Amino acid sequence: MDLAFTKEEQAFREEVRSFFRDNVPPDTRRKLVEGRHLSKDEMVTWWRILNKKGWGVSHWPKQYGGTGWTSVQHYIFNEELQSYPAPQPLAFGVSMVGPVIYTFGNEEQKKQYLPRIANVDDWWCQGFSEPGSGSDLASLKTKAERKGDKWIINGQKTWTTLAQHADMIFCLCRTDATAKKQMGISFIVFSMKSKGVTVRPIQTIDGGVEVNEVFFDDVEVPYENLIGEENKGWDYAKFLLGNERTGIARVGVSKERLRRIRDLASKVESGGKPIIQDAAFRDKLAACEIELKALELTQLRVVADEGKHGKGKPNPASSVLKIKGSEIQQTTTELLMEVIGPFAAPYDVHGDDGSNEAMDWTAQIAPSYFNNRKVSIYGGSNEIQRNIIAKAVLGL
Amino acid sequence: MDFDLNEEQRLLKESIDGLLTDSYDFESRKKYMKEKGGWSRTVWGKLAEQGLLGLPFAEADGGFGGGGVETMIVMEALGKALVLEPYLATVVIGGGFLRHAGSDAQKAAHVPGIVDGSKTLAFAQLEKNSRYDLFDVTTTAKKKGDGWVIDGEKFVVLNGENADTLIVTARTKGERRDKSGIGVFLVPADAKGVAKKSYPTQDGLHAADITFTGVEVGADAALGNPDDSLALIERVVDEARIALCAEAVGLMDESLKTTVEYIKTRKQFGVAIGSFQSLQHRASDMFVAAEQARSMSMFATMAADFEDAKERSNAVAAAKVQIGKSLKFVGQQAIQLHGGIGMTMEAKIGHYFKRLTMIENSFGDTDYHQRRVADGGGLI
Repeated sequence: MDLAFTKEEQAFREEVRSFFRDNVPPDTRRKLVEGRHLSKDEMVTWWRILNKKGWGVSHWPKQYGGTGWTSVQHYIFNEELQSYPAPQPLAFGVSMVGPVIYTFGNEEQKKQYLPRIANVDDWWCQGFSEPGSGSDLASLKTKAERKGDKWIINGQKTWTTLAQHADMIFCLCRTDATAKKQMGISFIVFSMKSKGVTVRPIQTIDGGVEVNEVFFDDVEVPYENLIGEENKGWDYAKFLLGNERTGIARVGVSKERLRRIRDLASKVESGGKPIIQDAAFRDKLAACEIELKALELTQLRVVADEGKHGKGKPNPASSVLKIKGSEIQQTTTELLMEVIGPFAAPYDVHGDDGSNEAMDWTAQIAPSYFNNRKVSIYGGSNEIQRNIIAKAVLGL
Repeated sequence: MDFDLNEEQRLLKESIDGLLTDSYDFESRKKYMKEKGGWSRTVWGKLAEQGLLGLPFAEADGGFGGGGVETMIVMEALGKALVLEPYLATVVIGGGFLRHAGSDAQKAAHVPGIVDGSKTLAFAQLEKNSRYDLFDVTTTAKKKGDGWVIDGEKFVVLNGENADTLIVTARTKGERRDKSGIGVFLVPADAKGVAKKSYPTQDGLHAADITFTGVEVGADAALGNPDDSLALIERVVDEARIALCAEAVGLMDESLKTTVEYIKTRKQFGVAIGSFQSLQHRASDMFVAAEQARSMSMFATMAADFEDAKERSNAVAAAKVQIGKSLKFVGQQAIQLHGGIGMTMEAKIGHYFKRLTMIENSFGDTDYHQRRVADGGGLI
């Protein structure tokens, strides 16, 4: 057992850190620190900088543009990225559909899609959830019917993150209504510009629009847009969701937020002195930091295990990462609310137009508290994660 | 970055797990409790035979040169089997003082007896009002000739009843809560002026309150600098806390395992109660708590070698907080999921719960250590 990173790993961390320092646009970083939403342009600009450096799709196999890093290097990269902070690569392309295409797609599809994912020439979104299927994903109803060399797609997806920016969607569609529910699903990709696709924004309780409903009305899609085999979509979806867990603990994000809390708490006064001097507050902050340290170690155990024994099938320990990671993220947003106290209330109608400088540092704190309630719901709710542990680990 | 055991460590784990599987089931433990002092000399002898009592000592001193990871392996195994024998008091704490501060003569006098199992030690540190502050010492050691005279009262000294040698913290200079002027002394348990009042503890161990009245010890009794040994005490107590964290991880593993087995077999309404989702989620949360505790136990074990004492003690404090929170949750829920049978002395789960609970209140509880981390500027 050895906790220390090697000299090479430490040097790698320095390299990553200094690259972020020199290349993340300062305004992009500021907005992330303040919990603001970024524009499409701001995100794409950064991702292309990252891709030019060769780090855009770092975990892909080398022949498709990956870096060949070790598990520990990936861990370091993600932690530095999250805690700098800089925008994380667009998960829907880089972590979800990309690996499905290079694992199950044909050569033509790999050539057509992978470079464009890496450079975010196409913005991808995920067509999985439906109004009636939350955690019970396999109950989905969106239908793809084969007509000659085309699919005709009808149905509705929801919770489609950033669909308003999307060029492409990967969709789970029912292609065999007679099969058992997991068996009749196919994985089909198509353009969001197709005739018959309608995107309707859903405003969430933080006031923002991150998610959307997407309607398909007789959408015509070329047959060759099917990935892998017909009716095998559920297997690909499980593969994809296994990948989604990596980095789900978001240790770096919480670290960055805790630093911000400490910083704000030494400026904001309570009882005539900075709130950081209040013992009760400091205890709560320490409690959260300790939880995060434990989570970081748990994550490192999983990383070290993957490095040594290979990735294999998804590690049930990732459910621990999801549960604790989301709880800690939520606690950090609660602590921020506590720090700003009565200044949680003003609603920032002006956005980030610089017209209300005094409010800049508080404006996004309540929204980000509201927004972070999602983290224990998405990616398999924390209750689903507990089901997974009970079944896969405890054998209940 | 590596969390795996090496080959030797794996063998160590196998051998102690094997030994305890053979000699430490719950029924045997009940018998050991009735032996003199509340633990088994036979088991202690077996631990000596396997080299476990000499594990952390340098080979030059007759030991086996084991480090923190080796102690962690042993303590986890001892926790898993709910062992009564005074490994913490003798090998971890007593041994710790000798390893870090013992002169060659002191080591020669005490280490061989520890290693061969013929001698045990106890740490007389807690005072009536000191609570968890190690520098809060009123027991005095006054210079007399080349030696010292020790006066004072110590409480809840684990293994105090049986120990051959007591390791006593006493003030040579200054006021009650001064951080300097504290020494550590080796005192023979049968020295004139040592009076012991022994009792069992809640978790089935044994402890003693010990009064020192004009106890005379020689020049060779002081471990380290008699006027300035707080740093030594903190270091050894940090090692004790780390060992307790590992013991708690072993206790939690076994508590969870026992509980899961129970809810798989216990039937109500015609089905195993483990098929109910509310119980499954509770058990999953116990697993999460136990894993977080394991992570921090490993962290603390590796932090023991941090060069910066402040960084080390911050890490150990953080670990003790996580372990304290996890053990409370795992312990309480283990009882809850067992239902009525968990309330009885005949089921083993209650005994695990009691030992876990006592660990929380040893060498600083959750609030105490959380405050230490908070006052130390946090962990990020």
